[in-house]
Amino acid sequence: MKDYFQDKEPRELKERVFIITWAALFFFFILVARLWYLQVIKASHFKQLSRNNSFRLLKEQAPRGIISDRNGLTLVENRPGFDLSITPEDIPDLERTKNLLIKLTTMDSEAIDERIEKEKGRPPYRPIKLKENLSWEEVVKISAYKFELPGVSIDVGLKRNYKYRDATAHLIGYLGEISEKEYSGYKKMEPNPYSPGDMIGKTGIEVSLEDRISGVNGGKQVEVDAHGRLVSVVKNIRPYPGNNTRLTIDLPTQLAAWEGLKDKAGAVVAIDPRNGKILAMVSAPSFDPNDLSDGLSRKKWEGIITNPFKVLTNRAIQGQYPPASTFKPITAAAALEEGVIGPETKIYAGPSFWFKGHEYRDWKEEGHGTISVHRAIVESADTFFYQVGLKAGLERLSRYAKEFGLGEKTGVALMNEKEGLVPSSEWKKRVYGVPWYEGETVSVSVGQGLLTTTPLQLLNAYSAIANGGTLYLPKLIESIETPEGDVTEKFAPQEKRRVNISQKTLNIIKNALRGVVAEEGGTGHYILNVGGLEIAGKTGTAQVARLKERTKNIYSIPYQLRDHAWFVGFAPFNDPRIAVCVLVEHGGFGASAAAPVALSVIQTYLEGNPDIMARYGLYGAKGGENATPEGENAGSEKPAGKGAL
Amino acid sequence: MIEKRLLGQIDWLVLTITLSLALIGGLSIFSATYLQEPTLYQRQLYWLLLGMAVMAPLVIVDYSVFERFAYPVFALSIVSLIVALIFGKTVGGAQRWLSLGFISFQPSEFAKIAFITALAKYLSAKEVPPSGMNFRELIIPGVFFAVPFLLVFKQPDLGTALIFFFVFATMMFAVKVRTRTLVFIITVFAVAAPFAWRFLKDYQKARLLSFIDPALDPLGSGYHILQSKIAVGSGGFFGKGFRGGTQGSLLFLPAHHTDFIFPTMAEEWGFIGAITVISLFCLLILRGIGIAASSKDRFAFLLALGITSLLFWHMTINAGMVTGLLPVVGVPMPFLSYGGSFLLSMLAGIALLMNISMRRYIF
Repeated sequence: MKDYFQDKEPRELKERVFIITWAALFFFFILVARLWYLQVIKASHFKQLSRNNSFRLLKEQAPRGIISDRNGLTLVENRPGFDLSITPEDIPDLERTKNLLIKLTTMDSEAIDERIEKEKGRPPYRPIKLKENLSWEEVVKISAYKFELPGVSIDVGLKRNYKYRDATAHLIGYLGEISEKEYSGYKKMEPNPYSPGDMIGKTGIEVSLEDRISGVNGGKQVEVDAHGRLVSVVKNIRPYPGNNTRLTIDLPTQLAAWEGLKDKAGAVVAIDPRNGKILAMVSAPSFDPNDLSDGLSRKKWEGIITNPFKVLTNRAIQGQYPPASTFKPITAAAALEEGVIGPETKIYAGPSFWFKGHEYRDWKEEGHGTISVHRAIVESADTFFYQVGLKAGLERLSRYAKEFGLGEKTGVALMNEKEGLVPSSEWKKRVYGVPWYEGETVSVSVGQGLLTTTPLQLLNAYSAIANGGTLYLPKLIESIETPEGDVTEKFAPQEKRRVNISQKTLNIIKNALRGVVAEEGGTGHYILNVGGLEIAGKTGTAQVARLKERTKNIYSIPYQLRDHAWFVGFAPFNDPRIAVCVLVEHGGFGASAAAPVALSVIQTYLEGNPDIMARYGLYGAKGGENATPEGENAGSEKPAGKGAL
Repeated sequence: MIEKRLLGQIDWLVLTITLSLALIGGLSIFSATYLQEPTLYQRQLYWLLLGMAVMAPLVIVDYSVFERFAYPVFALSIVSLIVALIFGKTVGGAQRWLSLGFISFQPSEFAKIAFITALAKYLSAKEVPPSGMNFRELIIPGVFFAVPFLLVFKQPDLGTALIFFFVFATMMFAVKVRTRTLVFIITVFAVAAPFAWRFLKDYQKARLLSFIDPALDPLGSGYHILQSKIAVGSGGFFGKGFRGGTQGSLLFLPAHHTDFIFPTMAEEWGFIGAITVISLFCLLILRGIGIAASSKDRFAFLLALGITSLLFWHMTINAGMVTGLLPVVGVPMPFLSYGGSFLLSMLAGIALLMNISMRRYIF
């Protein structure tokens, strides 16, 4: 044992201990000297600073980027707004100040207390915001009493101005105060770009592009006097505004869609089938995002979220509905591709179809007679597709539905998109624990039963039919540019895949869709056969409840039980440049409720719509498909006129 | 294993200083947080009790046992650092925490002790020529250092990474590095730095710059240093009294119960209090160096010196940072700052120091 230690006796190391000891003492000496300097020599100076707490940090939120349509027409901009804040630590008599503020503004005592309560536990001297968007009158009154109100301040802040309010609400979204969850989510970023109380995108484009359009916040280190009034700015870092965004949306088309839908519940989406650019996306009922972004009262917020119509839901991507007859072209594609029928195979399509003791009715009481697939689509013959779908079988119907992109998210740049549902027998067994019944295949073949789709999914499928078989990733964003105008990102069309269906089959379907509008007896003939537009498409009436009696008078049915109305189509037939999907919840027949909306949207895009332009004050602005997406002349004084737009 | 006469050799000085500092810490944490989290100080005291339970075996078991297991324990701590990086909880922007379900801890704290033990073992077995180690001989200890350093740096925890560096440098200084080699290494880094600068992203550059000059970040660390200096300075000679401070308890200071606990204490107890704490640390450090100097083998010497330097650098960098002498990096003050893992690892270090102290006169 003794040898072991003697062997390792670290004599040579111990020479260094001397140096280390003195080095350590040297550091200790510096520390003591520093403490002496701060706490004894400079003590009175720091005591003074501490008593006044005279240094404050004020943050300055960066202006968010401007969002415009494809032609550069502004959809969302920033406008100055006046906010009222108080710093309770600077207020000698809080009760008196409160009473004065109640007299000078529209706030009541309860509202003030609610705001102060919410900020409990904040760092001292951080102002509490009492009211956003003061009226001009309030600003003037408070300013007049300025010297009676120490610790009260009016700040000019930039507010979001959603120019088209409910018409673009779901698409663009709204802002809200950053939640605790969102804030901690951003903690991963170094440095955290947000602080509590910041406004952040909550839905729509505002949240999808949050990182690009929010800009970089700045702030000031300021010195204040004993009443909290600014004495000097010690340091100032200017905020840097967020990037501006150009969407693929065409404003007049969007507005036409909104005008067509605004009194109803449902969704309208329009897309350019040549590249997947979304031209319009509307959901109704809607809301005014300006109200939401101003930090609305609890009561108003509760009114919105408890509304039975779910106004915040973007039905275009979150509503899942049975596609009904609009699914028939896909059933037809499955049957044609798999050789279940040929193009000329004629089948008897009577008033009803009996299968395993159940009667499956056709919408048309007298039936359609013996017809081929072309006429079956044109007349939307249920009994034809019951038989064909049953022969094709569920597995093949599902496969073709998926081929067209149903049952999967389209991947559009919006949050919380839904997938819809393409059922399979294994799926049903797994989820419901019961086997698939063949009768359900009969329902699926006409787009009913468990099959559901979002309006955007269905539109994308039709867009693929229109463009000869390419399934695009729907695009919403054209480009992003810096505040100085340098384009930082451009978004090229993105092909998801080629739909694995022969050109021959696609042509049969496309021709049939044209027949729906162009031929006598087609379900869209009366409303959509407008000269020059060459619309092709399909109507649909999705059953919500099975009714005992047939009735044409939808008003005799309770609202909740009325059918959903669909129209999906594209135009012009020979060179499709726009595809539109309209869904009206509980709207009744697709032809009468949905088709007129689609007509107005297509007309606006292809030919311009002076009426809409005038109503929204877009004189001389470019719009419609003939406008160049560069939009150099947007806002010029040119008079509005058909064709010139 | 434990003999009666060993117990008689317990280093009461080290233990007393440690507990005094920990109690001062508990008081300061209470004073800093009673307005917001009135029970936080209790949690620190529970950690202190747990820490003392952990200390017992570390004092009793002969340190040669720790020497034997130094490498596997070091490897384990490296693995836990990697796991924390991949699966760790994010607190305050960095992935430092590992959750064991009922409790979370910071693997980097335990890695400090494991690193010192492993490096002490390696260096103690190394034959060092009188002129010092050359470049080739430095490679293996360099790897010992670089692995935990980079993992901690990646979290990102700049403060702890710096601690690793200073402890490593101190231990290498003790075993001696050849002057020529040292000059060579410093030259290489000085030349490479401007090139490395070009590969940094803008925000990384901004962070490094504001690290060197806090005035460049007036909304962040620049503001914190100002408030910290106000806290320390306004304490004056006698202080504002217990719970009399306003800078700390009113949240002017960031992390006022962890990294900025010293100014909270200095505001309330003044120059007298601050000098007391500094003196206690000075005594502890000198005692630690003394234990190293009188130890009976190379491993014990290096281990004692490494742990002492760990305490020293933590204390010096923290005190320097809160008094505005050094840039703001997240380095807590041993025994005073709130934090369970940190307190445990510091107490474990003290236990090892006592372990060596007890056995230095045993033959």
